[in-house]
Amino acid sequence: MAEITTLSSAVEGLVRDGSSVAMEGFTHLIPFAAGHEVIRQGRRDLTVIRMTPDVIYDQLIGAGCVSKLVFSWGGNPGVGSLHRLRDAIEHDHPSPLEIEEHTHAGMAARYTAGASGLPFGVLRGYVGTDLRKHTTVAPILSPFDGEELTAVEALNPDVAIIHAQQADRRGNVGLWGITGVQREVALASKSVIVTVEEVVDELDLRGPNPAVLPTWTVDAVAPVPRGCHPSYAMGYSKRDNSFYTRWDDISRDRALFARWIEIFVTGAPDFTTYLSAVDDGSVTTVADV
Amino acid sequence: MSEGEYTADEIMSIVAARQLHDGQVCFVGIGLPSEAANLARLSHAPDVVLIYESGTIGARPEVLPLSIGDGELAERADLVVGVPEIFSYWLQAGRVDIGFLSAAQIDRYGNLNSTVIGSYESPAVRLPGAGGAPEVATSAGEVIMMLRQSKRTFVDSVDFMSSVGFGRDGSGRDGHPGKGPTVVITDLGVLEPDPATHELTLVATHPGIEVSEVLDSTGWDLAVADHMTVTEEPTEAELTLLRELKAKTASAHAAI
Repeated sequence: MAEITTLSSAVEGLVRDGSSVAMEGFTHLIPFAAGHEVIRQGRRDLTVIRMTPDVIYDQLIGAGCVSKLVFSWGGNPGVGSLHRLRDAIEHDHPSPLEIEEHTHAGMAARYTAGASGLPFGVLRGYVGTDLRKHTTVAPILSPFDGEELTAVEALNPDVAIIHAQQADRRGNVGLWGITGVQREVALASKSVIVTVEEVVDELDLRGPNPAVLPTWTVDAVAPVPRGCHPSYAMGYSKRDNSFYTRWDDISRDRALFARWIEIFVTGAPDFTTYLSAVDDGSVTTVADV
Repeated sequence: MSEGEYTADEIMSIVAARQLHDGQVCFVGIGLPSEAANLARLSHAPDVVLIYESGTIGARPEVLPLSIGDGELAERADLVVGVPEIFSYWLQAGRVDIGFLSAAQIDRYGNLNSTVIGSYESPAVRLPGAGGAPEVATSAGEVIMMLRQSKRTFVDSVDFMSSVGFGRDGSGRDGHPGKGPTVVITDLGVLEPDPATHELTLVATHPGIEVSEVLDSTGWDLAVADHMTVTEEPTEAELTLLRELKAKTASAHAAI
């Protein structure tokens, strides 16, 4: 059974220095509040896993929490680079970053294998690419027709962290819309933290592609309304595209980024400081603060 | 801009849009491909099926998505599925006719680089990476590519083979199910792989573009077809539709 708790105690209880952590959400439902909380609690030496590192891992990497990144597309969607990620790879700042890179299809197969309790997943992929020489995959022959396929290792993170629209009071989690690899990462991981827009008496899944994670597959549920900003929760909020655009300037400059983290994350008691700054616009005008 | 005038980017999008037809199933990358694919859907191909890797199938966005998973895509789609399913049941199983891709670099055999400039271990520029493109490049029935043409983007040999066109020496497709690149649309003209050698060959220029300009914007000795054509001018209707779509998109992304 999932415990309904606060985000800070969920992170404190389940995320340790050195943990492998997968904060998933494919553009939609990205658990930003949880990312901030991990930074705030000063976790170090994390292996962070995510198909699209997005701004959430740009923040964790820039804040010095990460020693290894497992990913498949590391840009700021529609905007350009993730500058803290690039600075870590290109200049070892703030510290060297080990990377393990895959394709989206490969990562999806890895999570699915992890959720299925299998040692590896199989796909028709990687063949002919240079990525095959720089990552962990292996050729495998179909025992039935001899086709050469690619095996990818299962992913079983220590902790999965996702955001969802709802949980009921028993801790059953409901989500809909673009669900990415949310179900797979939850079922693949040793423990699961879910932040939710609201806790309701009865789940009310009112959108396409509804999914439920039963309470007994989840460890901690923490209500954090708008806990996915600047990502979005279908039915609750819109993606803050202008924040993603402004992040390009904030993250480009090491000093500006450090000040931003200090004001809105490490120097703030919780996510509400950040949300207030989102509402009054100061979250993206930090240079003038 | 006075009547009848258009930018290089506009003709690139319009010529790319003309490649798509009703009934085709198209796996769309974000950015230039998404703009062209939606232009096709809003004009001559209302029944083209657009699939985005975020799991949205039959997406009909009213404004162009900034990211591959904007709510706009999910709200107006035939169905939404998870990411493992989009890559396995839909792409890998062969249900996609056309993959529509862009990249940072392309080479003479239509191979794409979206990973690094320089070496992988210590890159001069770390690019975002390939994401969904490698499997689109191999599993889609055919691949349409769209890139702005310059010596920086059109290189003799890509720094990193992120997505396979015809391989380093053009010798083939390693038994991949899809045909690979069939056409490359740029802001200067149209390239197609030679049927025998698979080397990209200039087959058309956009109106007002000299062949020499295309050659000067290519990092290898670009082959030119014997029977070159000039692409058809954008119509007023095409230009109006594209500009309306971009204006609607810009105002939607500015407001929140």
